[in-house]
Amino acid sequence: MTQPDIRDQALSTALLQRTTQWQAAVARSERLAREPANDLADAAQLANDYRLLAHDLARARRLMPDSRIRQYLEAAYARAHATLYREAFRPAHTLLTLFRDEIPEVVRWLTPYIVWATTIFVLTVLTGWWLVHTYPDLISLFASPDLVSSVDRGQLWTEGILNVVPSSVLSLQILTNNIVVSLFAYCAGFVFGLGTLYILGLNGLMLGAVFAFTGQHGLDGALFRFIVAHGCVEISVMCLSGAAGAAVGEALIRPAHGDRLKSFQIAALRSGKLLVACALLLVGSGIIEGYLSPRADVPLWMRVTVGIAYWLVMVILLVRPAWNDAAPRTLPTQTSPATPPTSR
Amino acid sequence: MSMHLARDLVVDSVTGVDLKLPIAGAGARCYAFTIDWLIRAILCSAWYGLAALIYNGRWSFAAPLSPDTRWFVFVVAPAAASYFLYHLVLEIALHGRTPGKRMAGLHIIARDGSSPGVGALLTRNVFRLVDSLPLFYGVGLVAALVTKDHLRIGDMAAGTLLAYDRTDVVLPTPPDNQARDRILSAADAEVINDLLLRWPMLDPTARHRLARGIISRYSGGAPPGEERKPDPDPDSTLRAQLEALAQGRAV
Repeated sequence: MTQPDIRDQALSTALLQRTTQWQAAVARSERLAREPANDLADAAQLANDYRLLAHDLARARRLMPDSRIRQYLEAAYARAHATLYREAFRPAHTLLTLFRDEIPEVVRWLTPYIVWATTIFVLTVLTGWWLVHTYPDLISLFASPDLVSSVDRGQLWTEGILNVVPSSVLSLQILTNNIVVSLFAYCAGFVFGLGTLYILGLNGLMLGAVFAFTGQHGLDGALFRFIVAHGCVEISVMCLSGAAGAAVGEALIRPAHGDRLKSFQIAALRSGKLLVACALLLVGSGIIEGYLSPRADVPLWMRVTVGIAYWLVMVILLVRPAWNDAAPRTLPTQTSPATPPTSR
Repeated sequence: MSMHLARDLVVDSVTGVDLKLPIAGAGARCYAFTIDWLIRAILCSAWYGLAALIYNGRWSFAAPLSPDTRWFVFVVAPAAASYFLYHLVLEIALHGRTPGKRMAGLHIIARDGSSPGVGALLTRNVFRLVDSLPLFYGVGLVAALVTKDHLRIGDMAAGTLLAYDRTDVVLPTPPDNQARDRILSAADAEVINDLLLRWPMLDPTARHRLARGIISRYSGGAPPGEERKPDPDPDSTLRAQLEALAQGRAV
């Protein structure tokens, strides 16, 4: 055995003396991953543990690369790193920041996408209306046979729906369905925005076509009466989700942050924040659609008032008031401001 | 289509020592997912079965002909929630882990090696809508097979990946107390090693001072080469004593 080998062996033996410290470091990082630190010294000790583990891991990688000690230290070091760089869990503050600062910032960033998504949606509504108005038989492409036969009988499919399903159940079904459609419009942006375009277009065509079809049977007024209370926000949310999906799609087509993967990730995380507001708004829409829209005794003026008022609530929620603009906050483009290193 | 073997995610750290995280491949992902799927299927079925029996008041799992609010609130909604929100809720609550991932030795990490935040976990789970298409997570499975870091679409969107947890590594037994007394402290062993490596490059006075300082802690008496008879070659003597210490022998 050569002299350096003997020295390495002594170093390895000496390294093993630290097992107790490593175990204490692992226990501390596991505890601090679950709960906050007891005091400043407790938290500072984690940073010391991190340095100790890094130092010993470097030694272990050189001296005993295939040993269990190295594997243990790799795991302990990774755990300490994860705990040290973990985001603070402050749900109330996170929600406040999300709704007060981040969502209005995202809406501002998405404004061009919202304009385009709305334009596409309106154009497809008009196209659907024109198609069925000109070629009535095409309604079978856009509406279910049950809906067509109901309207053919001179009755909206929504009439008497509360006799079949209670309002709470109806609300739950509707809001679940709407949230899934909204999330899907966002996720479908992954297909270079084409999926989002498809969902926006299909929903627009269906809305226009059904309006044209009910108009041919003199039921368009009743349909408007039914959808005005919940539809203002529901349709707006569809356009907002489409805008979020379009931003995701554009990040893949024209990456703005280096490579496609990074751009996709930044766009998805950033625009995804809007989906939280969308889901919340759809819960409200679902409740209105389950409890208010199907009721025959609610007058039109009240429906219009509810529709407009809820739409204004949405606007206030999404657009930060002007008096907050004096000190604009920048939206971080990375996942975490505490991101220490770049991965390679 | 090219398949990629599992590799490590290497993350720079402020300590200067890279963090190496072994990335899980498609097989480990499938294993974890299957366990999780079984658990949530059992949970969902168990809740539905029990709640339906209680609701019906007899041995029948069938939904009523005209289901009321109670049926949806107490039978259908919790069962559906336990199935569809299983991953989301557990990943947030257990910091990127689920029972299936734990059993497969996996956990979710951000690309900087930290635990992913709630936003990233939400995004990751929302994209399950795409990953699960057209059937049995077809899109997600193909993506995990062909991408370098075995990422499904949700991981790409959220900037996360699945890495091995390695919590099962057991440390070798440390030396007993007697043996521990005989060997150097870790800090001294490192200093001696560095000193011997840099011996020819150091100023003789400085290296002798350092060597005497260390040796004095282990010799138990006066520093060598001072009160004994004059050493004609203190350099060689001190170096030999340091090497003896490094090998765990007494000086």
